[in-house]
Amino acid sequence: MAADIQASQSEIVHPLDHLIRTDRIPHIWCPGCGIGTVFSACLKAMISSRIDLEKTCMVSGIGCTGRAAGYLNLDSFHTTHGRAIPFATGLKLANPELNVIVFSGDGDLFAIGGNHFIHGARRNVDMTVICVNNFIYGMTGGQVGATTPVKAKTTTTPVGNPDAPFNLPLLAWASGANYVARWTMLHIRKLTACIEKALTRKGFSFIEVLAPCPTNYGRKNKENSLETLRLYRDKTIIKNNVDPSELDMDFEKGIILGEFVSRERPTCIENYDRTCRIP
Amino acid sequence: MRLAVLTGEHYITGDEACAEGALAAGCTFFGGYPITPATEIAEHMSKCLPEIGGTFIQMEDEIAAMASILGASWAGVKSMTSTSGPGFSLMMENIGLAVCTETPCVVVNVQRGGPSTGLPTMGAQGDMMQARWGSHGHYEIIALAASSAQEMFSQTITAFNLAEKYRTPVILLADEVIGHMSEKVIIPEASEIKTVSRPKPQGEKEGFRPFQPGENGVAPMPSAGDGYKIHVTGLTHDERGYPVMTVEAQAQMVERIVKKIQNNRDDIIKTESYSLDDAEIILVSYGISARTSLAAMNQARALGMKVGFLKLLTIWPFAEEKVRALATKARAFITVEINYGQIHLEVMRSVAGKAECHLVGHAGGTVITPEQVLERIKELY
Repeated sequence: MAADIQASQSEIVHPLDHLIRTDRIPHIWCPGCGIGTVFSACLKAMISSRIDLEKTCMVSGIGCTGRAAGYLNLDSFHTTHGRAIPFATGLKLANPELNVIVFSGDGDLFAIGGNHFIHGARRNVDMTVICVNNFIYGMTGGQVGATTPVKAKTTTTPVGNPDAPFNLPLLAWASGANYVARWTMLHIRKLTACIEKALTRKGFSFIEVLAPCPTNYGRKNKENSLETLRLYRDKTIIKNNVDPSELDMDFEKGIILGEFVSRERPTCIENYDRTCRIP
Repeated sequence: MRLAVLTGEHYITGDEACAEGALAAGCTFFGGYPITPATEIAEHMSKCLPEIGGTFIQMEDEIAAMASILGASWAGVKSMTSTSGPGFSLMMENIGLAVCTETPCVVVNVQRGGPSTGLPTMGAQGDMMQARWGSHGHYEIIALAASSAQEMFSQTITAFNLAEKYRTPVILLADEVIGHMSEKVIIPEASEIKTVSRPKPQGEKEGFRPFQPGENGVAPMPSAGDGYKIHVTGLTHDERGYPVMTVEAQAQMVERIVKKIQNNRDDIIKTESYSLDDAEIILVSYGISARTSLAAMNQARALGMKVGFLKLLTIWPFAEEKVRALATKARAFITVEINYGQIHLEVMRSVAGKAECHLVGHAGGTVITPEQVLERIKELY
C-alpha cells in the first residue's frame, strides 16, 4: 500500500512543472515568503498569454527575487545587482523577436538600479518588469531600502527608518511606462490577469507586487506572515486609474491597488526605426 | 545606405578607424555613453549602425552600456562599447559578469590621464593594470593595444575575433593621441578580412550544457530564443550553468576560465620585432609610445648603437616567453610607457634578473619624445 502511494505520487506533475527547473528544487525562499506566489502567477500568465515561450526569456538582478530566473526552465539570465533592465534592453534591441521579462526585487530595481528603471521606462523598451516589493533587503539579512516604510525597523535603521519610500507606480508613470499596476501576492487572480495583459502589450510594462518577508521585515517589525496577509486584505483599496500621486505606501490611510496606467506611447524600437533608419 | 566594410583609402581618426574595424568585424550592436576622448567611436557607430541594419543605443551610464552589450551578445550579435578612464571604472562590474558568463564582447578604452577625472583631453597609458584585474576575483582576460589609426582598424577586428573564438570580453587599449589623430587607413576588400564567429551548439537541445567546454576549452554558445533553455548566472556555476556554492565548483569554473586563455597563449599573443637579432638594449612598448620607441631605436642605430624594439600588440596575456627568451641575449630592457611603470613590472618579472630593466615613463598628459628615450639609451650604452 505504501509503495502504491509512493508510485502514484511520483506520477503527480504540477501543471507548471514544465516551466520549472525541477532539478533545482528546493528553492532558497523562506517559509512565509511571498516571492514564490508571485513567481507562479507569472508562470501562469506566461502560459495563458500564449506568448511563444521558446522566444521568452527572464532577466533578474541580485537578491531573493533575483533568484527567480534560475528556477525558470526557459532562457534565463541572473545578472549583476541592479542591472537587469539594461541587460534586458540589450537582449530586446538586438533581437526584437524575444519576449523579455524582468523579475526582480525592490532593492535591486529601485535602489541600486533606480536609474536604469527610469531610463528603461523613458525609452519605453518593450519588456515586462515585475517588482516583488517586500520593503527590505532580504538576502543580506534585513537592511533598509528605497521602499522601506517610514519608521520601519531594519538592521540598519534599528530605531526606525527616517526616510520616505518611493511611490513606485508614480515613478513608473512619470518616467513614461506604457502600463502600470500594483497588487499584493494575496490578489493572485487579479495579479495573474495583469501580468498576462502586460506580457501581450507593447512597451514598458511595470507591475509592483507587495509580498511578505517574515524572516527579515516581519520579525523586526513584529508582524508575522499571516498578519501581513491580513494587512493586504484589510488595508488595501482597489481603485483603477487613480492619480498615481495618490499611491503612497501608507497602511494607515490604505494602500491603493489596481491598474493605473494604460497608454500607447511608441516603443523604443519603433522610435528608433522611425527616426534613425533611413528607408 | 553603406556597406559594413568601407573598402578604400581613408584619412580618418583612430576613433573612426576603430568604429570602421568594428563594422568590418560584423559588430551590429553598440551600447555606449559619451566620454572624452572616446566619444567619436560612439558618434561614428550611431551614424553607421542603423544604415547597415544594426542598433546603436546611448545608455544612461557606462554600467548600463556594459550591461546592454552583454544582453545583446546573448541575443546572438557581436556587440561593443567604448569609453575612457572613469567610464572604464564603471564598466568593471559587468566586465566581471562577462568573464564569468563567458560572454563575447569588445570594450575599447581610449586612455586619458588619471586617476579620477584627471586629464580628459590628454593622453596616458595608466589603465594597463586595470584592464588586467580591474574587476574583482581572479581571472584571465585578453587586452590588445593599437599604435596607429590603421591598427585601431585591424586590432578592433582582432578583438572581435578573439572575443568570439574564446567567448570572453576583449579590451582594446588605445590612448587619446591615437584616438584623435587623423592618419591614412587602408580598408581592404571584405573578402580579405578574416572574421570569426562564436562556436554554436549542434544536436540535442534537451539537457544541453552551455558551459561544457569543447575544442580549445571553449564551450559552444547558444543564443536566447534558440530553444536551449539556458541559464546564465554570475554566481559560481557548473557546466549546466546552475549555481553551485562549493569550493570544488569554484576551482573548476575559475580554472577553466583561466586555462582557456592561458592554454592558447601562442594563438592570442602577437608582437612585432624590430632589429632584435643583435640588440644589446631592447625597447619594449605599445600604443602611441611604440611610435616614440621606434623613432628612438632608429636614431640610436644611426649613432651606431645596437638597439632593438619589441612592440606589444597583445598586452594581456603578457608576452613573457618572448621577453624571457630575449633576456638571454640582451643586457638591458627599457620599457616606454605613459605611466610610472605598469608593463615595466611585467617586463621585470619576465626578465627575472637576467638583464637590467629600466623605465622611461611619466604621469601622462603628453607623449614621450624619442629624445627622452635616446637619452636613456645613451646613459646605458
